[in-house]
Amino acid sequence: MSLLEQQSPGVVMTPDNIRTRKLPVVTNVLVAVAAFVVAAAVVLVPGIGNWVLVVVLGWVFYLIGLSVVAGRIEGRRAARNRTMKSLIYSACILAILPLASVVWTLVSKGVARLDGNFFGTSMNNIGARDPEGGAYHAIIGTLEQVGIATLMAVPLGVLGAIYLVEYGRGKFAGTVRFFVDVMTGIPSIVAGLFILSFWVLIVSPWFNNGQPRFSGFAASLALAVLMLPTIVRSTEEMLRLVPGPLREGSYALGVPQWKTILSVVLPTALPGIVTGVMLAVARAAGETAPVLLVAGGAAAINFDPFAGNQQSLSLFVYQQAGDASRYAPDRAWTAALTLVALVLVLTVAAKLLARRNKLSR
Amino acid sequence: MAKRIEASNVSSYYGAFKAIDSVSMTVEPKTITALIGPSGCGKSTFLRSINRMHEVLPNARIEGSLTIDDQNIYDPDVDVTAVRRMIGMVFQRPNPFPTMSIYENAVAGLKLNGVKKKSLLDEAAEKSLRSANLWDEVKDRLDRPGAGLSGGQQQRLCIARTIAVEPQVVLMDEPCSALDPISTLAIEDLMFKLKDRFTIIIVTHNMQQAARVSDKTGFFSIDKTGDPGRLIEYDDTQKIFSNPTQKKTEDYITGRFG
Repeated sequence: MSLLEQQSPGVVMTPDNIRTRKLPVVTNVLVAVAAFVVAAAVVLVPGIGNWVLVVVLGWVFYLIGLSVVAGRIEGRRAARNRTMKSLIYSACILAILPLASVVWTLVSKGVARLDGNFFGTSMNNIGARDPEGGAYHAIIGTLEQVGIATLMAVPLGVLGAIYLVEYGRGKFAGTVRFFVDVMTGIPSIVAGLFILSFWVLIVSPWFNNGQPRFSGFAASLALAVLMLPTIVRSTEEMLRLVPGPLREGSYALGVPQWKTILSVVLPTALPGIVTGVMLAVARAAGETAPVLLVAGGAAAINFDPFAGNQQSLSLFVYQQAGDASRYAPDRAWTAALTLVALVLVLTVAAKLLARRNKLSR
Repeated sequence: MAKRIEASNVSSYYGAFKAIDSVSMTVEPKTITALIGPSGCGKSTFLRSINRMHEVLPNARIEGSLTIDDQNIYDPDVDVTAVRRMIGMVFQRPNPFPTMSIYENAVAGLKLNGVKKKSLLDEAAEKSLRSANLWDEVKDRLDRPGAGLSGGQQQRLCIARTIAVEPQVVLMDEPCSALDPISTLAIEDLMFKLKDRFTIIIVTHNMQQAARVSDKTGFFSIDKTGDPGRLIEYDDTQKIFSNPTQKKTEDYITGRFG
């Protein structure tokens, strides 16, 4: 007799236990129905709760009932497998629920103002009693601010990550990596304050006859500060995943290091880098505080990111949600929907672009 | 344009660890030299020292001198990329570039070193793939990813990539250890063919392979783990496998090692 047979008789294969009975699907469904009926009876008859408690309790009863029934029919190991599987599925559903709820809320409440007027007009001269008004100026602002921030943060971030992975050795690289980690935790309001005190109050007066002034560009600077650490860290991780033998294969052909990085390492890591960049873009597009601090927000259209107040979508949502007008909440919802859709479209476009490579199927 | 390689008292280090201890050997042009020995005895390290691939790893350094046709490649003013262009290398695991097609892989060395003309590249791709005995298998799917080939085909693609830049020496680091016998045979045939044009040094764990393909054989060994590897014996393959001078060599090739 082997040690396994002595200690855990169930797991060793014998002609008797190689086949087990399977729990029929019908039984599974029956257990579920019974669980929810019992839960409803327990909760609703004495009137101690509403349907939420029924669902939660029914789910618990189902898990217990399933493991008991499966244990009787299929054996202990199979029953435990079923219970764990159910738990994992439940966790998955639980994780998706809030997401689905957010999307549903956004879409159902956002469609009210999903019209041409919303995308074609600003809030200029729109009073509390006017049902019109739109987010045109905010969309312009978000696109310009996030666009400029991306243009600044992506090259810096990717080059920084290349330095950390391919060239950085010793203390200096370690210090840089540490401060990038620290920067990841900077609250957005702090980044906004930094740009406010540095750019808006000190630098911008040089360009404006000694008067400090808000601008979309200042917001871009703050957003770039926020994006930079995310891009550096994600790009660094992706570059580290590129196998060393690929680099050596390129070196062995007499290709210099910079060209190896450019032609072999970066293309291999590109899809992952794009994902990291898009995470950073999505975060930047959703930031409200720094924009409020350094771009100021506006009701009118301002195409020039370098002069004067600018609006952004997230700031628009914030202001409309707090506005006293009875038409404002609808505008806030539609703007929120627009923001999510914008980020989604950008992400999908970037992924497609990164996969443009004819080799990936 | 095969070159003569002369190593004298080459010692390689990884940080403080000495991996090989004063290896000296001379490799004649247009020959195949096999390096054999137990794992960890420094044959791969020595091989990687020949095209300065050793120093890619952090803290790796080397002592002694290595000359290719009387040029010391470890002189401080030597351009390391030029050395590697002259001394190509095939690795243990096939490593085609995953973002490139078969065609692009074959001419990667040329393209990345500045050859732009399409007609020249086409010609070079066909020539090197033919030399690597791969052309007939891939000529209809040159635009497919190189990573989609079988292991043996990938390794021949890597050989094609290496010889496309026309080096004078080709180093092979256990090129067949991940391959089946048929692919191995294909690569051994290829080595005989390439011998006319290149000096080849191959590291192998397969002693039959060493006996089959090489003109000269070097036997590396270590006394115990942690000691640096040393070149025990270096002679004609015929002699090493029939009548070695050193007791250690005889023990190893007859399987009585350790």
